[in-house]
Order: sequence, then structure tokens, then C-alpha cells
Amino acid sequence: MTTSHLHVVEVGKTFGRHRALHRVSVDFAPGEVTAVLGPNGAGKSTLLAILSMLSRPSTGQIRFGEDRLTPGSTLRRQIGYVGHEPGVYGDLSARQNLQLFAKLYGLPDATPAIAAMLERVGLGDVRADLPARSFSRGMQQRLSLARALLHTPAILLFDEPASALDPTGAKWLADELIAEKEAGRLVVLVTHDLAAAADVADHVVVLRRGKVAMDRKSSQKFSPADMRDLYAEALNGA
Amino acid sequence: MAPSFLRQTLLIAGKDLRIEGRSREVLYTMGFSAALVVLVFSFSFANATDAAQGPLTAAGVLWASTLLTGTVALARVLDRERENETIRALLLSPISRGAIYLGKLIATATLMFTVELLLVVLAGGLFSANVFAHLPYLLAVLALGTLGFSAAGVVFSAALLRSKSREALLGALLFPIVIPVLLAASRATACLFDPLSPDLNPAKFWTLFLVTTDVIYILAGLWMFEPVVAGD
Repeated sequence: MTTSHLHVVEVGKTFGRHRALHRVSVDFAPGEVTAVLGPNGAGKSTLLAILSMLSRPSTGQIRFGEDRLTPGSTLRRQIGYVGHEPGVYGDLSARQNLQLFAKLYGLPDATPAIAAMLERVGLGDVRADLPARSFSRGMQQRLSLARALLHTPAILLFDEPASALDPTGAKWLADELIAEKEAGRLVVLVTHDLAAAADVADHVVVLRRGKVAMDRKSSQKFSPADMRDLYAEALNGA
Repeated sequence: MAPSFLRQTLLIAGKDLRIEGRSREVLYTMGFSAALVVLVFSFSFANATDAAQGPLTAAGVLWASTLLTGTVALARVLDRERENETIRALLLSPISRGAIYLGKLIATATLMFTVELLLVVLAGGLFSANVFAHLPYLLAVLALGTLGFSAAGVVFSAALLRSKSREALLGALLFPIVIPVLLAASRATACLFDPLSPDLNPAKFWTLFLVTTDVIYILAGLWMFEPVVAGD
């Protein structure tokens, strides 16, 4: 999929006098899920907004391979984003939502890809042509993932994607996330859920008051207990 | 390959109009409110049916009701992007922010213009104005006035996207800005409705004034939309 790393280099972000991020440096690798953890106000969402190029860092820079990421950059099409809100139009059907985004991304002959994507997320049946507002939250989130994957991005950003999902939905999402990692995508997951992070992450970054309190990789799967210990250690030790 | 700027703009406008075509909430709400405003004015003004004064009053009533109800269209077209955070999905897509702005502008202006067509007929009937005397000219003035109003309104509506009291704030912030557009539009419309003055020169002057303000507002909107909508 991609061999380029996403480098966050000495990134800072201030809002007026409030410092949301301070000299954050992290390296995100392809084929890896990085869980970004931290308490409320730690700067996780700010970091994600900068990674998705919706926000400009006050200091430092982001590079994807050799290219620098800036708002308005064409690299934006390399990003797929799934947030806690689904980001789909309720008055359009699942298929129409994907058709719209396929056109916005300039995907040629997207009809087969849309059908395949709807099938993959379990909306390939009669539901594909129902308005998205008639869907349950879990189904909307499935559609959101389909929207994020349709243009085959190299970078996938998730912001609390399972916050409104039931355990079955959360498990499905975790499996999809692992599948994307195994397909070689670079995956960043912002979450408060340490157990969910332990299920999927190979790399853990803990933010505290806008700074990196811990940056740890593991060749083995983290256990939920490991994750809790790491998190506590990061917050207490910082 | 990203679509052309024009296609991006039309995709955004088409999407908004398609959604409105399904729900028709803006058209119904705005149309009903605007018709009510015109009706109330027609009962309030003693000269409403006066052959000389009625048509001039109609022009003011037409634009006053457009001003009061236009904010419904402005608020709703942007509000739909707040629901489900679709604005983020749009901003993440590789399309130009300028295309999002112009698409929203076209969608809003189209909805307003549709309602204004109904209002023209209603105001013409209630205020004894011959709205068909200079119909193409009148349609051009309506379109230009609506475009100027929407050009400023889309920017303010986007700026207030995450504000809790956006409906109240939108009017308070927008109305002073669009005064030049409304004055020019109502003067041009009054000239076109005036049965005693066949001279269209004043209408031409105000139409040129509208074209100028529209260009200024649209250019300013294109420039301001990105920082405003990003909220950075």
C-alpha cells in the first residue's frame, strides 16, 4: 500500500494563550496501528486535526515520506477519516453518499467499487438504497468506514470511532482496523478505551498536557493489563 | 484525479439541492414565512392597493420579507453539514474550499430565488404592482440581490457553524453587512414597479451597483471561507 512514514516533527499548536501541543515528535509507520491515548485536553484531537490537515501547526512540521503536509495539499486525498460522528448525509442513501464522495475524489468508474464497499461493510442488500438517517448508529458507522476507504487512502485516521457502538459493532470495527493494517495502511487511532487500543495497537503514544508522555512500540500484542500499566506509568511519570 | 473546480462547485450545489428536494423543509418554511410577511404588510399599509404608491411599497415589502426569511435558507444549508459532521468529510476531500463556498452559495441563492418568484406574484397581486412589465429585468435584479445576500450570508453562516445561538447571531451580524445590497435591490425593484416613471435609468444604475457589490462580496467570501470554516 505505502512504504512512507508519517513524521510529526516538533509540532506545537497554540490557541491564543492556550498551548494545546508542545514539541510533539512521533513517527507513524505503515502496516502499523498507533493508538494515541491520553486524558481529556491532552491534545489528541488537536494532533488528529493537524494530521488530517484540517489545522495548521503553530510550530514544527508533518511529513509523509519526503512530502510536507500542509492545509490544501493534494496529499489530502491520501487520508481516510472516521470520527465519532459518521460524516454521512442522512437524506441520501448509503449508495448516494458513496457516489457523492467518489465524485468528489474524482474516482473513475466507481460503481463496482461502491458495490464492493457496500458489500464489505454489510450494507450491500436493500439497505444500500435507504436513506442513511434510517440506519442505526452502528450501520451509519459502517457507512462512514466505507466512505473513508472508498478512495483507498494510505493513511487512516480514527477518532473515537467506536464511542457509540455496541460491543458487536466495536468488535467488527476492530477487525476492520486490523485488516487495513495488514493491507499495509498506516492507521492512527485516537481513543480513551484502553482495552480497545490493546486489541489492535502495535504502537502506543500517550499524550499528557500537549506533550508526548510515552511512545512505545511492541512486536507483540499488548494485553489490556499491559496497556493499563503503560498508561498509568505515562501519566504518573510525566 | 480531482474533478475540475466547476464540477466540484456543481457537485456541492447539486448535493444540497437534491437533499432539499427530498425534505423541502427550507422551501416550505421559507415560503410560508415569506408569504405571511407579505400578507401582514398588505393589511398594514393603507396604500397597499393605491395604484401609485402600492407598487413602490411592494418593492420594499418584497425585499424585507426576503431579508427576514433568507436567513432560514442560509442557516439550514450550512446546518446540514453540522449534523453528522459531514463538514469534516467535505473538508477532508481533495476539493477546493472555494468550490464548497460557491456550491453553497448557488444552492442557497437557488432556494431563495425560487421562493422570491412566489413572493413577486403575491406582492404584485396584493400591492397592485405590474410585475410583468419588465419581467426579465426584474428577474435579473432578483437574482443579483439574492446572490449578494447569499454571498455574504454563506460566510457568516459558516463562521457560526459551531455556535449554539447561530440563528439569532446570524441576523444580527449579517443584516448590517447586506444593507447596500438590499438598498440597491429594493431601489431597482421600485423603479421597475413604478407605473408613473417609465425611465429605467435609475434601475440600470442600481443594477450596476448590485453587480459591483456582488463581485466584491463573492471575492471576499472566497477569500474568507477557508479560515472561517476551518475555525483554525
